[in-house]
Amino acid sequence: MTKSILSLSLNGARREDAVADNMLLIDYLREVANLTGTKMGCDGGECGACTVLVDDRPRLSCITLAHTLAGRRIETIEGAVRDGRMSHLQRGFHKKLGSQCGYCTPGMIMASEGLLRAKANPSDDEIRAGLSGNICRCTGYVKIIEAVHDAAAQGGGS
Amino acid sequence: MSELSPVKGRASAIGAHVPLIDGIEKVTGRALYTADLAHGDALVGRIYRSPHAHARIIKVHIDKALALPGVVAIVTGEDCDVPFGVLPIAQNEFPMARDRVRYRGEPVAAVAAKDEATAEAALALIEMEVDVLPACFDPAKARAPGAVDLHDDRPGNLERDVHHEFGDAEAGFAAADIVREESYTCGEVTHMQMEPDASMAEYDMERDRLTLHSCTQVPYYVHLRAAQCLGMDTAKIRVIKPHVGGGFGHRSETLNFEIIACILARAARGKVRLKLSREETIVTHRGRPATEIKIKLGMTKDGRMTACACETLQAGGGYGGYGIVTILYAGALLNAIYDIPAVKFDGYRVYTNTPPCGAMRGHGTVNVRFAFESLLDQMAEELGLDPFEIRRRNLLAAPTKTINDLMVESYGLPQCLDWVEEASGWARKRGQLPAGKGIGMACSHYVSGAAKPVHWTGEPHAVVNLKLDFDCGVTVLTGAADIGQGSDTVLAQLVGEVLGLDFERINVIANDSRITPKDNGSYSSRVTFMVGNAALEAAERLKAVLCEAAARKLDAKAEDIECLGEVYRVRGGQDPGLTFKEVVDEALADDGTISVKGTFTVPRSHQGGRYRGAGVGPSMAYSYAAVAAEVDVNEDTGLVTVERIWVAHDCGYALNRLACEGQVQGAVWMGLGQALSEEIRYFNGLQISANMLDYRVPTIVESPDIEVKLIESVDPNGPYGAKEASEGALAAVLPAVANAIRDAVGARLTEMPVTPDRVIAALARPARTGRHSQDVA
Repeated sequence: MTKSILSLSLNGARREDAVADNMLLIDYLREVANLTGTKMGCDGGECGACTVLVDDRPRLSCITLAHTLAGRRIETIEGAVRDGRMSHLQRGFHKKLGSQCGYCTPGMIMASEGLLRAKANPSDDEIRAGLSGNICRCTGYVKIIEAVHDAAAQGGGS
Repeated sequence: MSELSPVKGRASAIGAHVPLIDGIEKVTGRALYTADLAHGDALVGRIYRSPHAHARIIKVHIDKALALPGVVAIVTGEDCDVPFGVLPIAQNEFPMARDRVRYRGEPVAAVAAKDEATAEAALALIEMEVDVLPACFDPAKARAPGAVDLHDDRPGNLERDVHHEFGDAEAGFAAADIVREESYTCGEVTHMQMEPDASMAEYDMERDRLTLHSCTQVPYYVHLRAAQCLGMDTAKIRVIKPHVGGGFGHRSETLNFEIIACILARAARGKVRLKLSREETIVTHRGRPATEIKIKLGMTKDGRMTACACETLQAGGGYGGYGIVTILYAGALLNAIYDIPAVKFDGYRVYTNTPPCGAMRGHGTVNVRFAFESLLDQMAEELGLDPFEIRRRNLLAAPTKTINDLMVESYGLPQCLDWVEEASGWARKRGQLPAGKGIGMACSHYVSGAAKPVHWTGEPHAVVNLKLDFDCGVTVLTGAADIGQGSDTVLAQLVGEVLGLDFERINVIANDSRITPKDNGSYSSRVTFMVGNAALEAAERLKAVLCEAAARKLDAKAEDIECLGEVYRVRGGQDPGLTFKEVVDEALADDGTISVKGTFTVPRSHQGGRYRGAGVGPSMAYSYAAVAAEVDVNEDTGLVTVERIWVAHDCGYALNRLACEGQVQGAVWMGLGQALSEEIRYFNGLQISANMLDYRVPTIVESPDIEVKLIESVDPNGPYGAKEASEGALAAVLPAVANAIRDAVGARLTEMPVTPDRVIAALARPARTGRHSQDVA
C-alpha cells in the first residue's frame, strides 16, 4: 500500500506522518502516534470504544480512514489531561465510578466531551442520546450518567 | 516533610465511597490492556478456524501458507497432543483440534507472520481436508437415539447427569394443597466483555523460557495449563495479567487462544501478539448455556412450600469446560434461598456442536431462578397471596444449614424484601398501573467464593503478602485478578483499615507470577471474601511487628501500644508517641525490609456435604437480593421497556459503598440484557449474532435507572462482615421482568429473552387472566 504524508492536529500539536492510504484512524493513533488510550472493542462501528473528537465532534476512529482527516483537529483521551490535571469529565468518571473495567471509558469520555461542548447542561435523556453509540458492559450506565452530570456541574467540557 | 493525614477521615476507610485505586489510569487512558503493551518487533498471530461444525480431520495442509514470504511459523493440532480444561477431571479439549472438530470456529491452526496482511494471506492458503460428520445443534437431537457422539467416552452425548434428592419430595407433594408444574426455556447468552481477547507470548530460545501476558481472570490456571500443554516446567513460565477489560466468567478458565499464543511463540522462537476479533471472542464464548427447565412446586393453601422438583437440560457446546460445575450449581442453589423441606433435582449437561459454554456471572443459578420465581409468582396469584408475602412465608432462619448442607450464617433477605416493597411503591402499583404497565418482583442469591477450589492442592485458598520498606510504603502483593470489579481497591482498603493508613502509603502489585503469590483467581465472587480475609491476616501481622517496634522505642509493652495509623503511642499515656516513619525505622533497624503473609482457607465445616457433587454450592457466606421491575409493554409491537428497577442486595457489609453499588447495578443490568434482548443465535451451528449489533446488549437508551439499597447483615466470617456484591442480584431480574409483564398485560412469558415476537405470541395465548381478561372482555 502506498504511503503519503498526512498532516493534522493531534491533541493540540501539529503532526506530519507518512501514512498508508488505507490506514484507519485508530491504527494511526495506536500504532503510528503510540496513543493506545483509544480502544478497539468490536469489528467496526458497533461499540463506540474508539470514539475520538474531530473538530469537537465525536467520531468512530475504527471506521474512519486517517487520510480523510487531513488538516483536521483530532483529540483523544490522552489530550484530555491539561497541565497534568484531569478534565472535569475524567474526574467525574473517576469519582462517580463511571468506569469499572475502564475499557469503554476513553471512548465514553470523548463522546461525553463532544456532548458537553455542544450542550452545557444536558438532561438525562440528552445524555442518553449523546452516548447511545457507546456500549459499557460493566456499569449499567447509571453511574456514567451521574459522572456526566457531575462534570457538567463542575464547568463542563474542556 | 509533610505529615500525612491523621486517622480520622481517611478517604479510603471501609464503608466509604472510595473511587478505584487504579481509576485515574482508566479515565486518562494510561491503563495498559494486553493489546496496548509495547510489542516492538512482535510477530502477528492469527488463528485458522474450522468452517465445519463437526468433521473428522484427514489433513490440515499448511505447505502453501508456510511458503509465503513473511510467514515465520504455522502450528496445528499436531503441535500439541495434551488436552486441557479447567476441571482436572474433565479435560477433553486441545488448543488446536486434533482428529476432529466439534464446532464452527474451533481453532485448527495458527500462523505467526511479520505483519497482519501476511498473516491473513497465510490463513487463506491453509486447507482443511475432512470427512464431514452429522452435527447436533440442540440437546434433543444430541440425545436422540442414533445421534453421533461428539466424544467417544460420552455415549448419548451426556456430559454429566445429576440426580439429587434431599428430603422426601414425593411426600412433600402429597402434603401440598396445590401442585403446579411449568416449563421454561432460556436462550444462550455470552459475556461480551468490552475488551476483545488478546495475548502476547514471548519465548526465550536461549533459556527455554516463556513469558505470557494475557487478559485472564485466572492467571494461575493459565500458568498450569500452559505448562501442561507445552510440556514445560512451571518455573520456566511467567504469566502476567495486565489491565483487563471485563470478564464476567469468559476468562475464568484457560482459553485456547492463550495456549496457542504460547505454542506459536515457541515455534516462531520469538514474540507473538495474538489479538482476536470481536467475532472470534464471541466464538471463544464459555457463556451461559441454552437451558430447558421443567419445575414443579407443591404448596399449602397459606403459601408454605412443601416440595420442589426440577429437571434442567443444558446445551453445553463441544467441550467440557466448566460444564459439570454449571449443571451442579443449577441444582445446588435452586432451593437454598428458601426453606423447603424436600427438593429433587435432575440435571443433564449435553454436548452439542456449538462453541463451548462455561461460567457466566451467576454461574448455573440464573436460568433455574427464572423458572422458580416465575412459578412462585404464578402460584401466589392463584392462592391470592402477594408475591412479597409468599416469599416471607418461606424464609430461612439463619444461622442454619440448608437441606443440601449449605451453611447459612447471615441472611438479609427479609430486609431486602422490606426495602424493595417500600421503595418501589409496590402496594399502590401492583395490579393498579395503567394499561400496558406493570410491576413484578423476584429474589436471588449467590455464593461468596466456592468453598472448594477447582484445582485441589491442599494449599490455603488465598495468600496475600505485604512488604514494608524504608520508603514507609506498604505494598500489597496479590495474585487476585482485578478485571474491573475493584479487587485491588478493596484489598488496599482492608490493609489500610487495619494499619490506619490511607492510599498515599499503600500500593497494590498484582498478577505477576514471578512476584505475587498464587491465587485461584477471580470467579465465584471469591476475592473480597477469601483474599480479603487473607489480606486482613497479613495486615494484622504487620501491625503486630510495628507495635512491637513502637513498644521497644517507647519502652512499653506491645499490647499497650495504640496504633493510630500515622501515630503510635502508649494507650492512655500523655506522650505524643511516634510517627509512622519513626516506627518503621525502628522496625527495620535489625532485619531490614519487612515481609509478612496472610492466608485464608474455608474450614471443613463450610465445605459442604459428602454426597457426589456436594463440592459445588458450598460457600462460607451467601448474598441475597430482591428486585422489583416496572415495565411498559406495547401490545401492538410486543416491545417491552423496563422503566425502573429497585434492588436490595445483602452484601454483608459494604467495604466500598461506591464499588458495591456499581457492581449491583452492573449485575442487575446484565440480567436485564438477558431478559430483554440478548441471545446467541445459530444457523447450522454458525453463530449469526457474533457481533455487537446482532447480539443486542442494552444501550444507555434502553437502560433504566437502577436504585440500589445495600443491606448489611454483617456476616460473622466475612472481612468486617462483607459478602459478595457482584453476582447475587442478577438472577432475580429475569423473573422480575417476566412477572411484571404478567402484571402489565396478563401474559406469562416462559421464554427468555422476552423479544417482541415472543411477547406477541404470548399475548395471543388464551391464558391471560385477572384484570386483563376483564379488560379484553
